[in-house]
Amino acid sequence: MRNWLSRIGGWFDHRLGVRAIVLSTLEHPIPRGAAGPLGWWYVFGSASLTLLAIQILTGIGLSLVYVPAPDQAFESLEYLNYEQPLGWFLRALHYYAGSGMVVMVLVHMTQVFLHGSYKYPRELTWLVGVLLLVCTLGMFFSGQILRWDPDAYWGLAVAGSMAGRVPVVGPQIVQLLHGGPVIGGDSLSRFFALHVFVIPGALLLLLAAHLWLVLRCGISAPPDPKQPVDPRTYDVDYHAELRRTGVPFFGGAVLKDAFFSALVVIVVVALAAIMGPKGPSELPDPTIGGANPRPEWPFLWLFALLAMSPPAAETFIILVLPVLLLGLLFLVPFISNRGQRAPSRRPAAVLLVVISYTVLGVLTYKGHTAPWSPAMNAWSSDPVPIAMVKQSSPLQLQGSAVFQNKNCRNCHALDGMGGRRGPDLSTIGTRLTRDQLIDQISNGTPGGGNMPAYGKQMGPHEMTALVEFLVSLRPPGQLPARVATLDPPP
Amino acid sequence: METASNPPPLDLLPGRRTFFGWLTYGLGAVAATMLGFPIAQYFLGTWQRRASWVKLGAVDSFLPGVTRMVTFDSPLSQPWDGRTAHTGVFVRYLGQDDNQQAQFLVLAVNCAHLGCPVTWFPQSELFMCPCHGGVYYANGERSSGPPPRGLFRCVWRVQQGNLEVQAPHYPTLDDTLDKSGAVASSASRLARCKHA
Repeated sequence: MRNWLSRIGGWFDHRLGVRAIVLSTLEHPIPRGAAGPLGWWYVFGSASLTLLAIQILTGIGLSLVYVPAPDQAFESLEYLNYEQPLGWFLRALHYYAGSGMVVMVLVHMTQVFLHGSYKYPRELTWLVGVLLLVCTLGMFFSGQILRWDPDAYWGLAVAGSMAGRVPVVGPQIVQLLHGGPVIGGDSLSRFFALHVFVIPGALLLLLAAHLWLVLRCGISAPPDPKQPVDPRTYDVDYHAELRRTGVPFFGGAVLKDAFFSALVVIVVVALAAIMGPKGPSELPDPTIGGANPRPEWPFLWLFALLAMSPPAAETFIILVLPVLLLGLLFLVPFISNRGQRAPSRRPAAVLLVVISYTVLGVLTYKGHTAPWSPAMNAWSSDPVPIAMVKQSSPLQLQGSAVFQNKNCRNCHALDGMGGRRGPDLSTIGTRLTRDQLIDQISNGTPGGGNMPAYGKQMGPHEMTALVEFLVSLRPPGQLPARVATLDPPP
Repeated sequence: METASNPPPLDLLPGRRTFFGWLTYGLGAVAATMLGFPIAQYFLGTWQRRASWVKLGAVDSFLPGVTRMVTFDSPLSQPWDGRTAHTGVFVRYLGQDDNQQAQFLVLAVNCAHLGCPVTWFPQSELFMCPCHGGVYYANGERSSGPPPRGLFRCVWRVQQGNLEVQAPHYPTLDDTLDKSGAVASSASRLARCKHA
């Protein structure tokens, strides 16, 4: 039997001639350090690859059912969730393996950066890696659109409004992005084509180049402070060391890769099984206001940065900053492609990583909570806390009704409930006097800032009642605010 | 035996080979053009549709000084757009001008900041945007928040007692909208601005 099999194999290889290539690839020597305990640093790239394989598999599975047309997309996703056996699981797995892929690619990049592995002769490997990151993020964004819920529909609207800010060719870019003058079937089809054909094609080509470069330039040895990179001697030293102490790739190193990949697969499968598929939340209905589109988590930091920046910086953040950041990533191996690789000797690099992840983390958290978005239903859904009106006079009670009716609550919380765009007004009576309140409410934030001027939006009687209510908002026993120069202390 | 070890010269007729070379380039160029033009045209061809008017209802059906959303199926959508084709605009009947002509304020639902859908709050007479808290007054003028301008206005006309609006390009908000830009602060000012 075995003899028979090897004869069939021999027949094929006589024509294909791949045996020698495959064997030499599997057995190519890698630095001894990369196969030892430090080899655990090298597992993230292969884990990304494993997750990509899951994405391709689950993606093909989902495409068997999903309909990329607005009148059917939502239903076909619901069908996947509830009718198709294990459709829910495939959808969930596609989401969590995709999320995991972003995480793994980022960790892989961070490791390569910290270990200085991007230095000579692996600059091009880094550049292709950055493009792979762009592809991965592109897959995430286009995939979110295919979910065709309000986040997708209004996300496209926001993306269109952003693209529309490009000088001169803005409208053409919007047209190209949406595939027409309105968001609809043409927009969805084009993101389907991007998600299923264009970006995966680019990603696989780039991946082939990335892997070829890894094989050709060799895996970098774990950084050693005593061996700084010198492009003039690096290749000779590297290969001499490989001949002397190298170990075959197919062995300890692959075992670590396989172990970690298996762990990652178990984690994403468990996550998918426990968390279930993400959305679709509801059918997008352009006539329903109050939709507040959220980008997927890899983009929350940009969303937050945009929301918290002054209006003057907005167009810069939308159009220039992403290009700038990408350009910086591209420039990394050209800023320094020699010298120390060990993180212990590169404090600036370590600091940069710490700062970058702190900033990204804080912005992502802010983007997740989004305190800048008004709570559109708060005026009718969050009642004034009873404790605040228990001792109220009729006028103050009336004022609390004005407060709710004029939608103040959408931006101002009482006792932590309500919008958080403006300050919480639970104790406003201790901070602003009657006159200051009237001024603030009538004129809003000077210069058209964050609060609208309510001067024309309410009558004098409503204003009187409202201010009476606001002045009463004080912790028990606290006096109302006073102007120090005018009112003598009691 | 010398001739046997030397391969015969490739170009028996050098002129013919040169000609064949040029012929191949030419043929290749023709093939590339024949293939490239229609394909490029398909990909780049912007999807143009003529301006189409949508009937929003009889002028009498709008109460003066009341803003409400009027919904319609956008004629710019594809037959397979489903619910997504169903869009709307905010309409406010401003009453009649000096020439007894009905005047309307027709506002796009998309925030002028980043295109999110604004909500009309009749109690406070404000439009509020859920995304970054842009607020507009009843006449569409910017009140507060990040929007750089007031709400976009749609081009409208009255035909045979019916209010019609040019189907807006969501959310490009560019070519179908009232180009006059500056939002009128009162009905009398609006009456002077040109509309179709």
